Amino acid sequence: LSTSPGPLHPPGAAPRFPWNSLPFPDPAPGVLPPQDIRNTVGNIPMEWYQDFPHIGYDLDGKRIYKPIRSKDELDLFLEKMENPEYWRTVQDRLTGADIALSDEQLELVQRLQKGQFGDVNFDPYEPAVDFFSHEVRIHPVTNRPADKRSFIPSLVEKEKVSKLVHAIKMGWIQPRKPKDSTPTFYDLWAREDPKSILGRHKMHVPAPKLPLPGHAESYNPPPEFLLSPEEELAWQQQEPEERRLSFLPRRFGSLRAVPAYPRFIHERFERCLDLYLCPRQRKMRVNVDPEDLIPKLPKPRDLQPFPTTQALIYRGHSSLVRALSVSPSGQWLVSGSDDGTLRFWEVSTARCLRTVPVGSVVTSVAWNPNPSICLVAVAVDERALLLNPALGDRLLTTATDQLLESWEAPEEERVQPVRWVAAGPEEHARGIRLILEHGKPVTQVTWHGKGDYWASVQRGAGGRQVLIHQTSRRWSQDPFRRCHGMVQCVQFHPLRPYFLVASQRSVRVYNLLRQELTKKLQSNCQWISSMAVHPGGDNVICGSYDSKLAWFDLDLSTRPYRLLRHHRRALRSVAFHRRYPLFASGSDDGTVIVCHGMVYNDLLQNALLVPLKVLKGHAPALDLGVLQVVFHPTQPWLFSSGADGTVRLYT
Amino acid sequence: RRLCILKGIYPHEPKHKKKVNKGSTAPRTFYLLKDIKFLLHEPIVNKFREYKVFVRKLRKAYGKSEWGTVERLKDNKPTYKLDHIVKERYPTFIDALRDLDDALSMCFLFSTFPRTGKCHVQTIQLCRRLAVEFQNYVIASRSLRKVFLSIKGIYYQAEVLGQPITWITPYAFAHDHPTDVDYRVMATFTEFYTTLLGFVNFRLYHSLNLLYPPKIDSQAEDELKPAEGKEYAMDSESYLERLSALSASLARSVAPTHEEEVEIDEFPVEGETAEQMDSKKKEQEALEKHKKLFEGLRFFLNREVPREPLAFVIRCFGGQVSWDKSLCIGATYDAADPSITHHIIDRPRVDKQVVGRYYLQPQWVFDSVNAKLCLPVAEYFPGVLLPPHLSPFVTEKEGDYVPPEKLKLLALQRGENPDEESEEEEEEEEEEEDNDKEEEEEEDESEKEEEMKLQKMEEQKTQNTQSNKVLPVKVTAGKVRLEDKQRLEQEQQSEEKRLAIMMMKKREKYLYKKIMFGKKRKIREANKLAEKRKAHDAALKEQKKKNKKARQA
Repeated sequence: LSTSPGPLHPPGAAPRFPWNSLPFPDPAPGVLPPQDIRNTVGNIPMEWYQDFPHIGYDLDGKRIYKPIRSKDELDLFLEKMENPEYWRTVQDRLTGADIALSDEQLELVQRLQKGQFGDVNFDPYEPAVDFFSHEVRIHPVTNRPADKRSFIPSLVEKEKVSKLVHAIKMGWIQPRKPKDSTPTFYDLWAREDPKSILGRHKMHVPAPKLPLPGHAESYNPPPEFLLSPEEELAWQQQEPEERRLSFLPRRFGSLRAVPAYPRFIHERFERCLDLYLCPRQRKMRVNVDPEDLIPKLPKPRDLQPFPTTQALIYRGHSSLVRALSVSPSGQWLVSGSDDGTLRFWEVSTARCLRTVPVGSVVTSVAWNPNPSICLVAVAVDERALLLNPALGDRLLTTATDQLLESWEAPEEERVQPVRWVAAGPEEHARGIRLILEHGKPVTQVTWHGKGDYWASVQRGAGGRQVLIHQTSRRWSQDPFRRCHGMVQCVQFHPLRPYFLVASQRSVRVYNLLRQELTKKLQSNCQWISSMAVHPGGDNVICGSYDSKLAWFDLDLSTRPYRLLRHHRRALRSVAFHRRYPLFASGSDDGTVIVCHGMVYNDLLQNALLVPLKVLKGHAPALDLGVLQVVFHPTQPWLFSSGADGTVRLYT
Repeated sequence: RRLCILKGIYPHEPKHKKKVNKGSTAPRTFYLLKDIKFLLHEPIVNKFREYKVFVRKLRKAYGKSEWGTVERLKDNKPTYKLDHIVKERYPTFIDALRDLDDALSMCFLFSTFPRTGKCHVQTIQLCRRLAVEFQNYVIASRSLRKVFLSIKGIYYQAEVLGQPITWITPYAFAHDHPTDVDYRVMATFTEFYTTLLGFVNFRLYHSLNLLYPPKIDSQAEDELKPAEGKEYAMDSESYLERLSALSASLARSVAPTHEEEVEIDEFPVEGETAEQMDSKKKEQEALEKHKKLFEGLRFFLNREVPREPLAFVIRCFGGQVSWDKSLCIGATYDAADPSITHHIIDRPRVDKQVVGRYYLQPQWVFDSVNAKLCLPVAEYFPGVLLPPHLSPFVTEKEGDYVPPEKLKLLALQRGENPDEESEEEEEEEEEEEDNDKEEEEEEDESEKEEEMKLQKMEEQKTQNTQSNKVLPVKVTAGKVRLEDKQRLEQEQQSEEKRLAIMMMKKREKYLYKKIMFGKKRKIREANKLAEKRKAHDAALKEQKKKNKKARQA
């Protein structure tokens, strides 16, 4: 703009713009036009004059007053409407006066807004005139004469070259030898010291060598090493990592027919990866003779007597035989079955002497262990029966009957957990003497060693699962205030006044005299099915439905001394022999396993457990095998009852 | 990675994985701290850094198109040597020999790579050179023991200073280069292996008083020189080729004494009985004999036969070998040479047979080497169905399956001649079979009769039970049941064992079961193989019979 002041300010036009107020000489210095009011305050913010009536000073130092601004909105509007110059009117900030822009000024503004040059006549695209052109001129561009040094050889260069020449002459500089890339080898191990550090530290594990190829890898293997079509299909369906052979054995008739192995590079590469990526570990190969692992046990032959062969089969029941008991004399056997009958057998002849229908499933029978009493406790459905089988000595049976009848009802009726009912005449004829109505299904009955007390287990919700009955006084009691878990079975201790209660997971030993819990045995089994107490009284075995047999030593610990996993399926019953160091377990897999369980009087010596014989005979039926095992009281004989409706005697 | 490969550092499996891994059992790889510290002090690390800087400079120079700088930089390319690493990893020579398997296999593989792409030409040439040198050493020392033609390649086993060294070479075909293989890893391994193999070769050559780098014997060289002298472009190139032809013996730095038969002195070791000494001596003799297996035989290889492996094997056992002149350099005699004893050929038919030589398939050479004797040639004539090629690396233990061919071979080695016997047996067997059939029929009849009787009796029984009126109790004479005492004893023992197994502890039982499972599987596999073989043989026999009948008809 400063270059083109001329056309913008024609003389006469009011130079009212701020930019031409400062640098330009006045177009007419001599004449001071009356309109020329130039503010002399300089470049300061004009707000500073806000509160004053004037806005600055003119050239003469007089105040320039602000024009009166008394126009309201309406006036402004009217002016906007009426004044044709309104759109080109702007306010001068320095003087506060309104200025209407001239046409030239407007044009300039518009050109600048369009981004054009302010000067109309300025041509940005003038043709360039090249100073240095391809045309050869007769005159030089510059007329400077050449330097003298351009005619004289350089001393510095000469010095450098002579130095190099000297160095070459002296042999200091030699041409670069062509590099020989082939490596040179020499005797690296010329001074090897076998005792030198073992290469590396002790932890070095040398890489195992690749396994050597077998016959199957041959190009012409024996025919048996070729895979049959089925095997080949199986091989192809396996994952590459699972395959025992990494290749398919193939046979080629001659050597010329053998193709290249497509995975050769892969295999080398995998070997490389193994060498530097695979973690190494020294593994001790278990070089054990498997025979050494088998424990050395005394031979079963040396531990005789024990039942070895099946001697007799007692046939007669038409359904599962769940319960079994032998008379204390060992002459009679009673069995209770799902067909609702009790059968009394003579042991030695397998002859059924009596059959007593009881009307429902017999879950448990127990012969009174007292030899002077001939009485059998039977658990039938919701009742427990006391039954006089009337076998053997007649004096004994009558004595038993008399003993039962000698009871006199007490004066005051006691509240009892069960109802004692004397048998009716018809039942009496069948041998039933007393009926205990429990109101809940009874699962087990068991006698105390003396033969007067007996216990029954009833199943059902709520408490009162175990009841202890006294036959002579015909009364029952509920020994526990509350029962822990579901009671599976109970046993009287053979020698001491203890009472063992097996719940699902544990066995509790109660002292009946002191009426307290003495011990709780943890069985490590899921669900105890049966329990037996050693006649010595210090050992207990528990069979469980998860096919384990736990042997407890009461003196040793509350945990099992041994857990025997002999059977393949659930154990249903376990039993101790009263005289011989034998115990047996019957299981759903149809076998009875007889074991030697020697208990020593020496407390320091642990019990010796040796499996003696696996007795088979019962045919599995309804997914059940052997349901009950019982030892003969005097002989090393074993009775077992099974789901096939038979009772078997092993001798 | 390169450092780990070169220094032979590998991850370790910790003893207590949980302890090391801060309680987690997630799979992680662990290196020994000592190993990593060991890497820090390695001088080669600095060389690697220099190389990295060099690469950077070079890239810059390329970017700026400063070709002079590029040239200069390339001239001063930093190099490194792996000698000290080899020495460090293998402090003794025997250690190096023990680890030579992978080095050899890799070098043989790389030497077959094409000269373009995949890796540097120098590496491939070096590998080829080292492999040829090693082969020449094996020939010179006659230390090859076993060869096996597998479907993957050819396995060789040599015994060098008492160490068995096994390597595999691929069949001579172009490789189908896989895309999922990182050649840089293989190249790094090869870099180390070539260094190792070079030093080992040097030492081995010197142990035999051979010149290294190998020179062909001057006497042999004269023979080998092509008559016209214009057939090959460059002498330097053809030298390695002539060397790799494996047909000439190598020059020795010390002239060999001709009588090499040195009686081995006997040093009786304490606690060694005379028998052991004898057996040792016998072994030694057998080894000497094995080394001279092909001595005096002259082989000629037909052009379709893989030349290099066969020439290598034959030369290793003292045979002389030649091939067609146009096939490869180094042929010593012509196909028409009357002194040729064995002509190796792999074609179904021979057009013009020369009298006085055996025409054989190449498998004969390999089988003979493995059998340690020259096998009868009848089974290896051209066009004949070859007997199976067995792996010499398998030594059957007791209970393993032994293929019948192996049994035959063992018998041959013992000096028996099983062929005649077996033929006789076959004939007998055939006769027996006929008899057997008749007998079987008779037996069948008798069995049927018995069954009928039994059925009748059962029917009677059932009728009796149904009627249940009259109990036809009969007393029949009882039979004496013979009790096999031995069997009873066995049964008792097995029962005792079963009972004892029941009493085993859980962990021991697990281990026991595992061991027994492995054993049983082994037996099962052996039985399966035997069964397969039996079925196959039976099928063959039937086929034969049919053919015979057809011929008769």
